[in-house]
Amino acid sequence: MDTSIKDHAALAEQFNANEPRVNWHDETLWWVRQKRDKMAWSIPEWEELREAASRIKHNVLGNLHDYLLEFERNAQQNGATVHWAADAEEHNRIVLGLLQEQNVKRMVKSKSMLTEECHLNHYLADHGIEVIDTDLGERIVQLAKEPPSHIVLPCIHKKKEEIGDLFHEHLGTPAGNADPQFLTAAARAHLRSEFIQSRVAITGVNFAVAETGEMVVCTNEGNADMGAHLADVHIACMGIEKIIPQRRHLGVFLRLLARSATGQPITTYSSHFRTPKPGQQLHIILVDNGRSRQLGREDFRNSLKCIRCGACMNTCPVYRRSGGHSYHNAIAGPIGAILAPNLDMKQYADLPFASTLCGSCSNVCPVKIDIHQQLYKWRQVVTQEGQASGAKAAGMKMMTSVLSRPGLYKFAGKTARWVLRLAPGVANNRFNPWSKQRELPAAPKTSFADWYKENRKQ
Amino acid sequence: MNSRDRILQAVKANQPDVATLPDLQAFISPAPASLETFRKVAAGMGSHILEIKDESEIPALLKQYYSDANIQQVVATDPSLYDIAAPLNWQTGDGRQLQDADLAIVRAQVGVAENGALWLTEAELQVRVLPFISQHLAVVLDQSAIVPTMHHAYERIGGPQTGFGVFIAGPSKTADIEQSLVLGAHGAKSLTIFIKG
Repeated sequence: MDTSIKDHAALAEQFNANEPRVNWHDETLWWVRQKRDKMAWSIPEWEELREAASRIKHNVLGNLHDYLLEFERNAQQNGATVHWAADAEEHNRIVLGLLQEQNVKRMVKSKSMLTEECHLNHYLADHGIEVIDTDLGERIVQLAKEPPSHIVLPCIHKKKEEIGDLFHEHLGTPAGNADPQFLTAAARAHLRSEFIQSRVAITGVNFAVAETGEMVVCTNEGNADMGAHLADVHIACMGIEKIIPQRRHLGVFLRLLARSATGQPITTYSSHFRTPKPGQQLHIILVDNGRSRQLGREDFRNSLKCIRCGACMNTCPVYRRSGGHSYHNAIAGPIGAILAPNLDMKQYADLPFASTLCGSCSNVCPVKIDIHQQLYKWRQVVTQEGQASGAKAAGMKMMTSVLSRPGLYKFAGKTARWVLRLAPGVANNRFNPWSKQRELPAAPKTSFADWYKENRKQ
Repeated sequence: MNSRDRILQAVKANQPDVATLPDLQAFISPAPASLETFRKVAAGMGSHILEIKDESEIPALLKQYYSDANIQQVVATDPSLYDIAAPLNWQTGDGRQLQDADLAIVRAQVGVAENGALWLTEAELQVRVLPFISQHLAVVLDQSAIVPTMHHAYERIGGPQTGFGVFIAGPSKTADIEQSLVLGAHGAKSLTIFIKG
């Protein structure tokens, strides 16, 4: 799929070509959102937990320099080797160096959005090393040669029949078998042999504790543990913002993470890796890749509090109806749309506009990131930097000239109502991008101002 | 300047003023944990719960529950928990020696009522990969070790005593194919919890 030149609106249009599938995608994610609600409502102190999580992360942002040093010191004392990578390229180079040291051509990886952000798999493939993604959803999109479309549910855009076809082609399952139980069992057998053979395992990191130098990795499948415990070399890749101060703070985040993500009380496995097992090497790569720059943007630094639960995606009316791939970024949805412009403002200038600003993302965020306000602020930054599309900028200028003149606004409103009543095709046509996949409601006879004037007298 | 120093310098220059950490004491209510809640939530996570008075009941209960599962190789980290000896030298090796393990029987230090999670460490497991690589898992938990929430759990656990520890809540699972829940993704296909009263 070529997403290099198309923006969110164009990619969303492709996704919307198949209306029943869009409806199914929308409903599936809304169902996950409802499971999240049920879990949140079952905890009377839920709002206090969100507040505590947000404040812990706020403390981390203000003290990150010292926490990073504390983490490094403790991790080294635990026997780990700590690497620092300024950007994606350096991260990939470090991983490649470790793999070449081991003379490894094939290895397993559990879910890590950071390695997606760094495009590690492609980089290693270019150097003759095959990465086997072991999270079932990630393995599925890997076989389909696609990126994940959701940070927690990587193949949420795929129907089981398509997965059955992929497994038939790559794993030799019987043609036409699309039973989730059967396909999962086939993937289990296939990936077990990869775990057993693999001498190096890469994992992501959910939380890194400064106080103890340990890392917590959360999965439902157990793939991070199968990989890391069997490997001679465990490489853990993490963004520098994953640090939390103390072990007891895990209590707050582990209560929030899975409930917000999938509506479970906790993930099946919450593994605390502190020391390498006897005879094993443990490498931790701390990656900046723009995070220290985002830390300096006062309006946007709160985005670094994110714990990657995906709740903002599941609730977002735009994400649910446009699909993860329309965001053309490793992290989709509202949170992706506020993280991406920091990485490349020109390439991701469209993303802050892929929102209705309804605020639902901010309401479900377990660490209380003001996502919709940041989307609004990014729009202003993007436009000021001259990165907004020409049509959008011209439209905004016209709106400004109309909205700043009450007389003109009144006249324009009256004219539009008259025209739309007589000829609705003027707006509902293929030349108006707003009428794509939408129909304008019938225009009212009077403006609100006229209605108010009339009705106030009574 | 190397990347480490550059990153640290940029972070120091850009980080906001330090805010105080919140007090978590309010989350640690003194009310005792509810066995009923633990049972209900753990079952909801897919665990199979059996209450016992004495550990000598375990072998017969396991044989009965797994009668259809073709259990050949059983590894009990404490030999007193099972009546057939574990394979010789199961602790020796890089973990691959356990790839044919059908059932592992281990002890948990703590159980958490709010999410049905069990805290296991390297001290009990001896081989880290054991509870993941084994086809089925059975965990023995003292009823007195059940705490209400994760806050209580971390208070009880304290600092790390070993190189590895894990909360396990139910069997390995996935819902990646059209959100259909399937048990037995990569880790244990079932989890039996013996609560010792």
